Amino acid sequence: MILKCENVSLSYDGKTVAENINFEIARGDYLCILGENGSGKTTLINALLGLKKPTGGKITYGEGVKAENIGYLPQKQSASVDFPACVREIVRTGFLGKRGFRPYYSKAERDRAEELIVKLGASEFAGKQLSELSGGQQKRALLVRALCATQDLLILDEPTAALDPIVTEELYEMTKKLNAEEGISVIMVSHDVSAATKFANRILHIKHEQLFFGNTEDYLKTELAKAYLGGHGIGH
Amino acid sequence: MVTDFFEYLSMDFAMRALIVGLLLSVCAALLGVCLVPKRYSMIGDGLSHVGFGALAAASALGTAPLAVALPVVIIASFLLLRLRENGKIKGDSAIAMISAGALAIGVMVVSLSGSNTDLDGYMFGSILAITKTDFAVAAVLFPLVIATFVLFYTQIFAVCYDENFARATGMKAGFYDMLLAFLVAVTIVIGMRMMGTLLISALIIFPSVSAMRVAKSYFATVVTAVATSVISFLLGMFMSFELSTPIGASIVVCNMAAFFIMSAIGFLRKGK
Repeated sequence: MILKCENVSLSYDGKTVAENINFEIARGDYLCILGENGSGKTTLINALLGLKKPTGGKITYGEGVKAENIGYLPQKQSASVDFPACVREIVRTGFLGKRGFRPYYSKAERDRAEELIVKLGASEFAGKQLSELSGGQQKRALLVRALCATQDLLILDEPTAALDPIVTEELYEMTKKLNAEEGISVIMVSHDVSAATKFANRILHIKHEQLFFGNTEDYLKTELAKAYLGGHGIGH
Repeated sequence: MVTDFFEYLSMDFAMRALIVGLLLSVCAALLGVCLVPKRYSMIGDGLSHVGFGALAAASALGTAPLAVALPVVIIASFLLLRLRENGKIKGDSAIAMISAGALAIGVMVVSLSGSNTDLDGYMFGSILAITKTDFAVAAVLFPLVIATFVLFYTQIFAVCYDENFARATGMKAGFYDMLLAFLVAVTIVIGMRMMGTLLISALIIFPSVSAMRVAKSYFATVVTAVATSVISFLLGMFMSFELSTPIGASIVVCNMAAFFIMSAIGFLRKGK
């Protein structure tokens, strides 16, 4: 078990945005969280990351799953892109949760960062600032940062928003590869139902409350999935 | 004229000013590269006004100025961070309100107590203001600020860069925020005696903004900001001696010149 939500309810600005969330993911699972804008997906992610306290219910992590081993790709970059830092410096901060109060990085961590930079094709812009990069390159850089932190679980909050179709496809493939080859569990927030059902093995669909949780095959049989896959774009 | 300057430095008070000034330049530049990119530039300004209020009150009450100002500004620094987090009153208005409020209280205290507090000295700084006690405090606290920054460089950078990510990946972001607030408070209270209330924030803001014109990485920004700050200080002190101008203003003028030069360099580089 990686993590488990029991009767979790969440509020935002004092208003309840989601309640009765119940799901559990196992090691190696790829979970997609579906739902329209404003249905509480990002709030749920923030709760899973410990950035926000649920107003009710319980979130439990599996044995050995710690915040410092969870990689996170935020939907919006909370730092300003013109912060004077190069990609390499930003990427390495993914290790800091594990380092605690120890200063600087170890040789192994610096090597690992370089390895991931190469693996994700970020070497050509590793010395540049985010403001000099395209949207796709920025996402890639922040995905490398997330991977520096990732040991058990990778959480991606609408990673493909504002990306062109080619980069979107690349990002999906990259995530799938990490999941399949390295056994990293993935939680991805999305409103792209066709991609979600193609890549994930578990689906959580919420709209202020839980509409569905289970296997992708079972989800595809539901009226809910048919409604969304039947041409209705979700969210827009 | 350079020989005269060295002779001047052989005097105790000038030597004290030189040492405190160099340490302050380094501290201010280091804090600037945390605060400025984070859009916290005006925190320095707000805190120096709080410092002014506290110093004025202390001198009116006849107590040791630093013993009052230091804790008051540290508390204000924590509060400013809180206000920003709570978000009811937006950060910039919160700082402006605290800043103006503290200034007003300081002026009220001075005028009501009828003391002959040297308002000018507080506002614009004076090289003569650095007493032996100030010097001793600065000689201990400034190196402490620098050492803390160097030791926690990566963590401070990460928290300044993206606090949410830092928190999400298990960093003690709150601790580093507090640490930063503390370092800023210490630097400002001690620095404002020399630079004056109005100019201390310039010392925090200018070097990092200048460095950001030319530097490509955070490390380069830090190094460039420190170098800019130190050079501007030395030139400013020399200028202040030659032209008999107030030291705070002289240093800021040199920092402005550095900013224009580095903006030009940054512009030319981009043009290529």
